[in-house]
Amino acid sequence: MKSIQKRKAAAPAVFGILLAAVLVSSVAALCLGSQPYSLAQLWQALCTRGEQDPVWRVIAYVRLPRMLGGLFSGAALAVAGVLLQAVLNNAMASPNVIGVNAGAGFFALFAMVVAPAVPGAMQFASFLGALSCSMLVYLLAWRAGLSRTTLVLAGLAVSGMLTAGINTLKLLWPEIVASSPGFLTGGLSGVTMGMLAAAFPYFVIGILLALFLTVDLNVLCLGEESASGLGLHVTRTRFLGILAAALLAGAAVSFAGLLSFVGLLAPHIARRLVGTDHRILVPASALLGAAFVVTCDIAARLLFAPFELPVGILLSLIGGPFFLSLLLHRKRGRIYV
Amino acid sequence: MFELQRAAVGYDGTPILQNVSFTVYAGQITTLVGTNGCGKTTLLKAIARQLPLLDGQILLQGRSIRTYDRKEFARAVAFMPQVRNIPEISVRGLVSHGRFPYLGLSRQMTSKDRAAVEQAMQSAGVARWADRDLRELSGGERQRVYVAMALAQGGDAILLDEPTTYLDVAAQFELLELLRKLADQGKTVVLVLHDLAQALQYSDRVAVLAEGKLAAFDAPQQLFEQKILDEIFGVTLCRAPEGTYYLRR
Repeated sequence: MKSIQKRKAAAPAVFGILLAAVLVSSVAALCLGSQPYSLAQLWQALCTRGEQDPVWRVIAYVRLPRMLGGLFSGAALAVAGVLLQAVLNNAMASPNVIGVNAGAGFFALFAMVVAPAVPGAMQFASFLGALSCSMLVYLLAWRAGLSRTTLVLAGLAVSGMLTAGINTLKLLWPEIVASSPGFLTGGLSGVTMGMLAAAFPYFVIGILLALFLTVDLNVLCLGEESASGLGLHVTRTRFLGILAAALLAGAAVSFAGLLSFVGLLAPHIARRLVGTDHRILVPASALLGAAFVVTCDIAARLLFAPFELPVGILLSLIGGPFFLSLLLHRKRGRIYV
Repeated sequence: MFELQRAAVGYDGTPILQNVSFTVYAGQITTLVGTNGCGKTTLLKAIARQLPLLDGQILLQGRSIRTYDRKEFARAVAFMPQVRNIPEISVRGLVSHGRFPYLGLSRQMTSKDRAAVEQAMQSAGVARWADRDLRELSGGERQRVYVAMALAQGGDAILLDEPTTYLDVAAQFELLELLRKLADQGKTVVLVLHDLAQALQYSDRVAVLAEGKLAAFDAPQQLFEQKILDEIFGVTLCRAPEGTYYLRR
């Protein structure tokens, strides 16, 4: 058991390292790729910003949106994971495990089919899908007794149904899926500044709401009855937490597709680094998630060059074993789930 | 402090206890006892506003508890449920949560809140563990920390659901002595206890619940003399010459 005092003392250093990781991975994401650029080339391109400069064009239209997409989606999914784990009192909860990503994905694809030309429709549909799916899973698990296993199983069932829906859309409108190849596995290769701009308001509101809820989440983690005895409106806090998670997961899915496991991995690693106080955990998870997705995206670009893996595949390769280790993890003599 | 008037409590509209009326006074320990499943925890939760009343009403300082705002009630009454999460948190951190009902929108503690936290830790005798991890403490020490959190809420009443469960005997007595001290200082303490002898030893008033109603509400001495508990629990309640209660089959 790592001492709370030691963790508290180390928190500024951990934040420094996480910020540095975000910065280094962001610069690396701009420099590395099928055509690598040196720092000097990057600096010069950033200074001149000439439309005729091929380096600037690659950076501005390909690598910058991709890097920002990685930062936003990583931070959003990580914070969504923290929120869901707190409001559902379940270490296994995360946007992809309980079906929130699948809900956002299904609604987003549906919007692409029925309203392809309506600006912002996909982002709104994505948020709506994430919200309705998380509420549905919560209500299902609540009706059946809010145990850890029930919640994961309810998420699995809902996720399965929505994946079937996604596959049906894929079959009936193959051209839609062809236009966004990385959507189903989760990828950042097609991200544009326009997509990011449309998702940005959801991201900002979601992060602000999450930061606003941090103390309330700390109180909620004492248990429902204790929290209610302290004057916390438990139902409202849970709803706001789910709403913020849906805004964040919806925003991420709308441009990055169905990225897996970030929402599970980042909060758990951050918890080991900075502890369970949500005032510190939320920003730490956001930084960790951002650096993690951007780094994985760089690896996905370089590992099999000149071929490129969608980053979602790499995240699943890393996240799958992590999830299994969590399932089997014994904590003070008790199985975690 | 609390006045129960024909209160009916239960789950999903089905009453477990009906027509319960008694008054809880400040500066006293009032204990709810009864056989398993008689509804003592349900009644305590209703007093703590954790469950809605099915009928009747409960007054706090002459006002129905339903008319209190959520945080206003938490500033007046602290509730310690039997089952709680044990979070990874320092003792001071946990006690600080007791100030939640006082925090504004920014959720920032003021110097007054911090002073109240230190005072609560002193009163509950946990100040020496202030920086320790709650999970490292024994069950009895942890219960004292939760009592400190209840004191930090600053109210006059503390409601505790079976606070001695899972504690070793020495820790049970320590906790009950702490509650006795708090009652002597003017706090209203209402608790559920399984141990009849302890209930009689430490309480000023005992509410005996059986067969869906309040079977008796009296001081321990009277209950002992009337042999009500012997009938309900099927035991023989005895008292040693120095005044200690104990049970025999």
